[in-house]
Amino acid sequence: MSFLEIRDLYKTIGGVNILKGIDIELDKGGFLVLVGPSGCGKSTLLNTVAGLTDVTRGEVVIDGEVVNDLHPSKRDIAMVFQSYALYPNMTVEGNIAFALEMRGVPKADRDEAVKAAAKTLQIEHLLKRRPSQLSGGQRQRVAMGRALVRKPRVFLFDEPLSNLDAKLRVEMRAEIKRLHRDTGATIVYVTHDQIEAMTMATKIAVMKEGVVQQVGTPDEIYRMPSNLFVADFMGSPAMNLLEGRIAGGDGTARIQLTRNGDTPVELAVPPTVRETALRDGQPVILGIRPEAITDTGLTDPRAKAVSIVHAPVDLVEPTGSDTFVVTQLAGKEVTARVRSDVAAKAGETFEFAFNLDRAVVFDPATTERLR
Amino acid sequence: MTLTVDAVEPVRRKAGVLDRVRDILPKIVLAPSFALILFFVYGFILWTLYLSFTNSRILPIYEIVGFDAYINLWSQPNWYMALKNLAIFGTLYIGLCIAIGLLLAILLDQKIRGEGVLRPIFLYPMALSFVVTGTAWKWFLNPGLGLERTMQQWGFENFQFDWLTSTDMAIYCVVIAGVWQASGFVMAMFLAGLRGIDGEIIKAAQIDGASSFSIYRRIVIPLLRPAFLSAVIVLAHMAIKSYDLVIALTGGGPGNATELPSTFMYSYTFTRSQMAVGSASAIMMLMGITAIIVPYLYSELREPAR
Amino acid sequence: MSTATASVSPGSARAARFVIYGLLLLFAFIYLLPFFVMLVTSLKPLAEIRSGNMLALPQSPSLDAWAKAWGTACIGVDCSGIKGYFWNSIRMVVPAVAISTILGALNGYVLTKWRFPGHKLVFGMMLFACFIPFQAVLIPMARVLGIIGLANTTSGLILVHVVYGLGFTTLFFRNYYEAFPDELIKAAQIDGAGFFRIFWRILLPSSGPIIVVTVIYQFTNIWNDFLFGVSFASGGGAPMTVALNNLVSSSTGVKEYNVDMAAAMFAALPTLIVYVVAGRYFVRGLMAGAVKG
Repeated sequence: MSFLEIRDLYKTIGGVNILKGIDIELDKGGFLVLVGPSGCGKSTLLNTVAGLTDVTRGEVVIDGEVVNDLHPSKRDIAMVFQSYALYPNMTVEGNIAFALEMRGVPKADRDEAVKAAAKTLQIEHLLKRRPSQLSGGQRQRVAMGRALVRKPRVFLFDEPLSNLDAKLRVEMRAEIKRLHRDTGATIVYVTHDQIEAMTMATKIAVMKEGVVQQVGTPDEIYRMPSNLFVADFMGSPAMNLLEGRIAGGDGTARIQLTRNGDTPVELAVPPTVRETALRDGQPVILGIRPEAITDTGLTDPRAKAVSIVHAPVDLVEPTGSDTFVVTQLAGKEVTARVRSDVAAKAGETFEFAFNLDRAVVFDPATTERLR
Repeated sequence: MTLTVDAVEPVRRKAGVLDRVRDILPKIVLAPSFALILFFVYGFILWTLYLSFTNSRILPIYEIVGFDAYINLWSQPNWYMALKNLAIFGTLYIGLCIAIGLLLAILLDQKIRGEGVLRPIFLYPMALSFVVTGTAWKWFLNPGLGLERTMQQWGFENFQFDWLTSTDMAIYCVVIAGVWQASGFVMAMFLAGLRGIDGEIIKAAQIDGASSFSIYRRIVIPLLRPAFLSAVIVLAHMAIKSYDLVIALTGGGPGNATELPSTFMYSYTFTRSQMAVGSASAIMMLMGITAIIVPYLYSELREPAR
Repeated sequence: MSTATASVSPGSARAARFVIYGLLLLFAFIYLLPFFVMLVTSLKPLAEIRSGNMLALPQSPSLDAWAKAWGTACIGVDCSGIKGYFWNSIRMVVPAVAISTILGALNGYVLTKWRFPGHKLVFGMMLFACFIPFQAVLIPMARVLGIIGLANTTSGLILVHVVYGLGFTTLFFRNYYEAFPDELIKAAQIDGAGFFRIFWRILLPSSGPIIVVTVIYQFTNIWNDFLFGVSFASGGGAPMTVALNNLVSSSTGVKEYNVDMAAAMFAALPTLIVYVVAGRYFVRGLMAGAVKG
């Protein structure tokens, strides 16, 4: 049995279905990230786990116990909020100790626990200060300390890094990850930032409009997005999604991308889809990440299905470590990632190598990935 | 999904009695206050409404006789006097308070040295009771000993100021005292409005070549619309309710020269033993205030568009 | 905002400043005048009032009138001054302010942090109660106070002022707590604090400013009330304002203007002191009572 289970969960607020049948499981010590655009229901889902929101239907199970009817304080969970929610009138020490105080832990034990948590988070020197005297990053640490000191069964994080600047966010990301590794805590983490999801999760659930689109490891989500939404949402720069058509039947099937006026581009069918699932003339959408379109010198020598395409360069965007080259194919912008020392100039024709081993095919009608 | 069946169904821990008490605790806390309001405000309003349909005189009589009291009310010259006075008082009170309040606010907004001293001076009358205000002004405007004699002593031999004892002019004394008391408050409202205006708008207008006067007329005063609205509502509300000031200043007199609906209601109910007529006049006052306040509260409380 | 004139010539700018300061000082003079007259009159003997100029400073200031107003002036048939009524007002105002503020704080807390279906209607009804003309409840209130035996008592007035002050105190606290982050309440719930503990430990310690505003607003309003006092407690239990009016408007005997003014000063002083000490909060209360938030 999983440590945390969300079973067939529905939530209706004012006649609007916010959550529509959520099923997610998480093992003990796992790091689940709920990711999706704003309004997808991820925060509501987290609140139902916390017990801050009642569920309309379904169950939340923690460690073999249905907690639906339990008050948040009895679920043995801790939560870190987006605004940190530090009590403004208490010192850092008071903030961290508050939950223990509410549970009647004696003062001496409280002090010890606060000290230990403060040490882990390196905020020992801040204990006597008030939240208003702290920087954003320090507040973030105190909020985590408040959760940590409880040693709860599950940690809940509600977009905890979205109020920090970019540099601090990267630091805190690493910090939370280290904390997870060191404490073995079970974590549910909500974010709209797919990079946070990719870097921290052991398991990602991508949500949209109250429905889980895909649950999987970061790698699965990235390589094998189960539909167009996940493909488009995860990864930056975004996956190239190219409209085309299947040409030819059994064994000789190709994907044809039309480009106006010019001869169509033909690509091999990616091995991620069984050819038997395809028929001649079927419209498809090819999904391929920028790093799978390269200059010919960077092609993965182990790749089985590689297609070479010549196309004019629209735009060159050097980022330092890599260079992104943008071209037009099938009426769409296509981004390729090439070596930074490759000479590509806007207006000139460039030789692109498509590594189709790492491409996926979607059905434009259902938006699902073809397998 | 998987073939292994979980041997143990998860335990479902039930919410205890305490949890259920906790759920309704907020309502329990709110309930007494709400009950008080329900009974003492809404219940009493219905009670008064009921009385206005009876023939109650010195004591309530609970037998409905219809609209007699309203017919009686609207045939009282006194009531018309009260309404006429309310119209004069209300118009001048609101108009003068806003004019003076706006003028003072604009003057104070010119980077004035000593603003911290002047502002409290304009506002302090608001801290006084209407009864104190009435008493002070009654003395100040006393024809025999007050302003009139002072001016005469200063050499203005023919100076006459007997408004307080004049049937035609006494209501204007109420206006003067009322404006003295409330105009500073209106100034504070406008000053808050002025300070809330984005300075860059003014800079832009200056760069566009607008003069100070046209900046105020074309940009600043239109931007103060919410403050105007609030001021009118608050002042209208105070005008309809004002009772203490008249009682302390003129006692409603001379004769019935400064009768207002509020003094009318009180005297008919408690001294003239015409409780039904008093109730009817109270209901009329309530309707007047409701017509002003409800749309205002509605617009103020509406969910701000996000 | 401020429009410091930059584009006019120095000469006319100086003239404009002159006019502005002149106007402001003139208004300040007018606003101070009635109070000044009240004060100097209260310090003069009656003969000097009759013969002299209203605006003249007293030749030999004396507090005799103050002493008489406090201790021996006749209000009706009772000639023991206004001191009893002053204490009536104090005994009325302190509990009424305390109770209405506490209830208002709890109501504001429930109406923002523990919302339930219909909370808007409840609040709307409480708010409207602030604005009704009290004439519409005067007769039933007089009856009810009579029935429960609180007519002409301080307790009766306390009840009245608590009931009709609740709307405002609730409004103040509601608007204040509205801006208080909900996440703090959620965090405290998860931490294991209950309804009252969250209020006591988290909200109340941060409520200092709004408590001051509410207390001052309620104190001023209740102290200055006349209508309820005269309607429900016009006898020995009357508050200060009613006693002042009775003193001033009594037509028996010689009119002692200096005593009247001294009594008016007694009625004015408590609220004036509050105004001088905490004017900033006084203004905030007025504004909050006039407009939302």
